[in-house]
Amino acid sequence: MEKQAPDLRVDGLTVRYGPDLILKDVSFTVFKSEIFAILGGSGSGKSTIMRHAIGLERPENGRIWIKGYEITGADETAFFATLKNIGVLFQGSALIGSMTVGENVALPITEFTGLPRDAVTAMVRVKLGLVGLDCYENHLPSEISGGMKKRAGLARALALNPGILFLDEPSAGLDPVTASEIDELILRINKRLGTTIIIVTHDLGSIFTVAGRAIMIDKSTLGIIAEGSPDDLKEKSTNPVVKGFFMRKAIATS
Amino acid sequence: MTTAFRPVSYPQYRISQAPDSGLVITFSGPLDIKTVPSIFKTMPGALKKISTHRAVIDLGAVNTMDDYGVMLMAKIRYFLNLPDDGIEIKNSPTFLEQTLSQIEVDYNSKCAIARRKPENIIAQFGGTAINTLFDIRFFIAFIGSTVLSLLRVIRSPKALRFDDVLTHMKTTGVDAVPVVALISFLLGLIMAFMSSLQLKPFGANIYVASLVALAMVSELGPIMTAIVVAGRSGSAYAAEISTMKISEEIDALFVMGFDPNLFLVIPRLIAAALVVPLLTAFANLFAIAGGLVIGITMLNLSVTAYVTQTMEALSLFEFSWGLFKSCVFAILIAITGCLRGFQARGGADAVGSAATSAVVSSIFLIVLFDSLFAVIRSYW
Repeated sequence: MEKQAPDLRVDGLTVRYGPDLILKDVSFTVFKSEIFAILGGSGSGKSTIMRHAIGLERPENGRIWIKGYEITGADETAFFATLKNIGVLFQGSALIGSMTVGENVALPITEFTGLPRDAVTAMVRVKLGLVGLDCYENHLPSEISGGMKKRAGLARALALNPGILFLDEPSAGLDPVTASEIDELILRINKRLGTTIIIVTHDLGSIFTVAGRAIMIDKSTLGIIAEGSPDDLKEKSTNPVVKGFFMRKAIATS
Repeated sequence: MTTAFRPVSYPQYRISQAPDSGLVITFSGPLDIKTVPSIFKTMPGALKKISTHRAVIDLGAVNTMDDYGVMLMAKIRYFLNLPDDGIEIKNSPTFLEQTLSQIEVDYNSKCAIARRKPENIIAQFGGTAINTLFDIRFFIAFIGSTVLSLLRVIRSPKALRFDDVLTHMKTTGVDAVPVVALISFLLGLIMAFMSSLQLKPFGANIYVASLVALAMVSELGPIMTAIVVAGRSGSAYAAEISTMKISEEIDALFVMGFDPNLFLVIPRLIAAALVVPLLTAFANLFAIAGGLVIGITMLNLSVTAYVTQTMEALSLFEFSWGLFKSCVFAILIAITGCLRGFQARGGADAVGSAATSAVVSSIFLIVLFDSLFAVIRSYW
């Protein structure tokens, strides 16, 4: 079977913050409609990969393509046009606190489609319906729970029907039941919309529920130490860091 | 019956009359987020002119469709003011079912959870009154708690975080010297220049020195310095403490057994009360220097004459009164800034509100207390 063109391609990503080398020569590819997980312990650099992939930071070395368009070194117009292909759910949801949930979702629709107000309202209801927040459009973010904030953040990320969705720790800070609801929502979005989903997480429950393929980053090598399906990583990997990660304990490396 | 019209074509759709005198809208190409916004620019106007009893939407030539396309289909019925059964979709593509499965919105459903309605004016008035009462209660508790913390420091000076006092003395005082000096110098310059225009024709040039010295030392020096400190440090106190409040740092201090007032308010209060009078003295000095520049360059006064006249105009009481006022203003700024910080609730926007509120309240209190001091002085 012919392989699909990659939705995200990262080639030789090297990141340095001041004198500290954070990532070294990281390369991977994510294909259309995949749910791809970037795993790693705290401080391993997995969120750094995401920040570079969504263009918030420019790498010291390496190239990144989104839907075939290179964002590293692209001019500003091409860069912002490419960004419309992606939606991002930040770890803290990043809803604008002074706006209602509906206004948060309406913001990109109003700004980038120019649709009239009643059409925007209809689309906001469609998006909130998709994430199960039908009746919360007039609530402020401070009036809803953490799980609802994540859903509202997802609705906003999906507002412009992006081809790729980046989720930074989507179940962080949530109780297990709410976290599993978010996992189901991720699967539903992927199934119904065919959206490519890239998840940055260290939540083992989520990894096995949603991810089809994963890479694991470790600060000892500043790069990828394992790649494959979560089951393969757990069962077949001989790397002690990977084994320790899945067994939830540190394994001494000689 | 449909009113007769000539078929019209647009890049993504065509409107024509059906043989049964209904309306046919034929779409072609993609119906998604990229094309629907441009259709919305022309379609409402085109359909508004047409009156019809039914419409057929032909999707035979549509190759992709997303939820924006489905929303457009729903809106066509509203554009034409047709009943639910007034629309027929023809040549529905195979992918439409999947697209429709994305949509889980029922426009007629009544939400189980009541939506937040805007409050009426009476409720708003009541809410504001209740909040004001809570604020007053909080203010009284805050002042009481600060006084208790201060008494604790007096009884046991070791309880004072002396390093924090020094840090705040630097940020509130030393770092403010350049801006206070510049503003005061220019203020002295302006006052001397403007008063010279009135005094010069009477040959009373020398009294420009008295005017600048008296006005600055007893009134403008303390007020201007306090306003600058309120803008620089009062807002910073409110922003720092409100950030700590919303990130639960103050709660953490409390459960670790610290007195948050002793930890956060007292160092700022003592630092401000010590350095603002010093800043005022600097401000007075620079304003007199500004007046001196005008005296020498425009009024033909000598340095000695100007300085002698300044010294004669001032008394130790005037100077001390000005410094006493600035010490009171400093306490007002520190307490208001810290209070607003502690009152912050909610998210990041609360930090901005706390800082703004701290500056506005501080300036109001500075002017109010200055008026009170003026009244006290007049009956002295």
